[in-house]
Amino acid sequence: MSATLEAASLGCHVTLVDSDLALGGQLIKQTHKFFGSKDERAGTRGFKISEILLEELNSYKGTVEVHTNCTATGFYKEDGVVSCVIGEDEYFRIKPEKIVMATGAQERLLPFPNNHLPGVYGAGAVQTLMNVYGVVPGKKVLMVGAGNIGLIVSYQLMQAGVEIAGIVEAMDKVGGYWVHAAKTRRLGVPIYLRHTIREALGDKIVEGAVIQEIDDRFQPTGKEIKIDADVICMAVGLTPTCELLWQAGCEMVFVPQLCGHVAQRDLFMRTSHKDIWVAGDASGIEEASAAMVEGRIAGVGVAKALGHGEASEHSGRLEEFKRRLADLRGGEVGQKICQGISCCTVNEWGV
Amino acid sequence: MDLIEKHPILEFKHSKKVKFSFDGIEMEGYEGEPIAAALHANGVRIYRITPAKEQTRGFFCAIGKCSSCFMVVDGVPNVRTCVTPLKTGMRVETQLGKGVIPMDA
Repeated sequence: MSATLEAASLGCHVTLVDSDLALGGQLIKQTHKFFGSKDERAGTRGFKISEILLEELNSYKGTVEVHTNCTATGFYKEDGVVSCVIGEDEYFRIKPEKIVMATGAQERLLPFPNNHLPGVYGAGAVQTLMNVYGVVPGKKVLMVGAGNIGLIVSYQLMQAGVEIAGIVEAMDKVGGYWVHAAKTRRLGVPIYLRHTIREALGDKIVEGAVIQEIDDRFQPTGKEIKIDADVICMAVGLTPTCELLWQAGCEMVFVPQLCGHVAQRDLFMRTSHKDIWVAGDASGIEEASAAMVEGRIAGVGVAKALGHGEASEHSGRLEEFKRRLADLRGGEVGQKICQGISCCTVNEWGV
Repeated sequence: MDLIEKHPILEFKHSKKVKFSFDGIEMEGYEGEPIAAALHANGVRIYRITPAKEQTRGFFCAIGKCSSCFMVVDGVPNVRTCVTPLKTGMRVETQLGKGVIPMDA
């Protein structure tokens, strides 16, 4: 959405394709107030930010065409065609001059016996159920992962009236912000540090789980603890969704700090493919605030390449967005992100 | 339906209530919301049975990427119910194995 807005504001015609039923990505399910800086609407709840973006988008009715429930299924590098499918069976092809691939991320899962049972859900999926559609995900939830997502979703589940059996975390400390951990602890939720899930219990659906302490080398040790739960919520991280980038033959590099394979990019987020830009979690897992700024940068990059807007405008906006990204990446977590980004950024693509 | 009644932050604006069937049983859901969400609200957890090991599968990723929630909808198998909007009168069925593709469609 951010890339679309920025490109449209400089005069580009944009077709925005999104596989979800509504625009806004993960923002539509995020009920917590954002951190970061005022420029990125810190203090505003995620779903409100998506409403603001949607309103902004509506002011470009003439030049922006939006398709929701529409998946970009393939990029054909021979002729630059993108194939799309609306719903389950309405196909069309499109040949854009420039493409921004902002395909987001997908959730990771852990291998353990019975992890296929209904009731083992991704944390994003649980958020969708309860925060977008108002459906109670379960009666009692075991959360796996005490990063920000695990902590926030636990708290949101309690706001929806669901009991949290506990939060399991393999590391010896909580990965997420202290404020989120404190909120759940104050409500009496146990956080099992240095523990992992050994198996899900149940025949046809989840009825519980077995967790166990692990040692410094992540090997199980000590006695197994049986937990009653009808939902096991997996919040063990995300990995960039980059199939289209692979298909396009973009130069990819594995960057642990960005949680997977990502496309190499220049300062405008342009990949090694001259017509393709990348932004958001697809370019490396980070906070939504940073994703939105990256989208803006890619939008300027596309407009520049298409000859829309003045050179001074492009460089001015880039500088402004770079400053805002630097603000967001100021902290300890930001350092790791910056390290990762330096592993996949080129100053300029040789022609 | 198992819906969140009171929430400190959110106000849920549901669309029109419609009737649909799950394995022949009549249920209610909201038009335009994902089939999988409507089923979950009606207490349905098992959406398909896998071909080889005959294991149960249900809701999982909610973004149309993982194949866990494939079901037979109006006779068509492998429908991603987590991203397919519910319509009135839909026939939703548990998918057994790979499903059979209707050749007259």
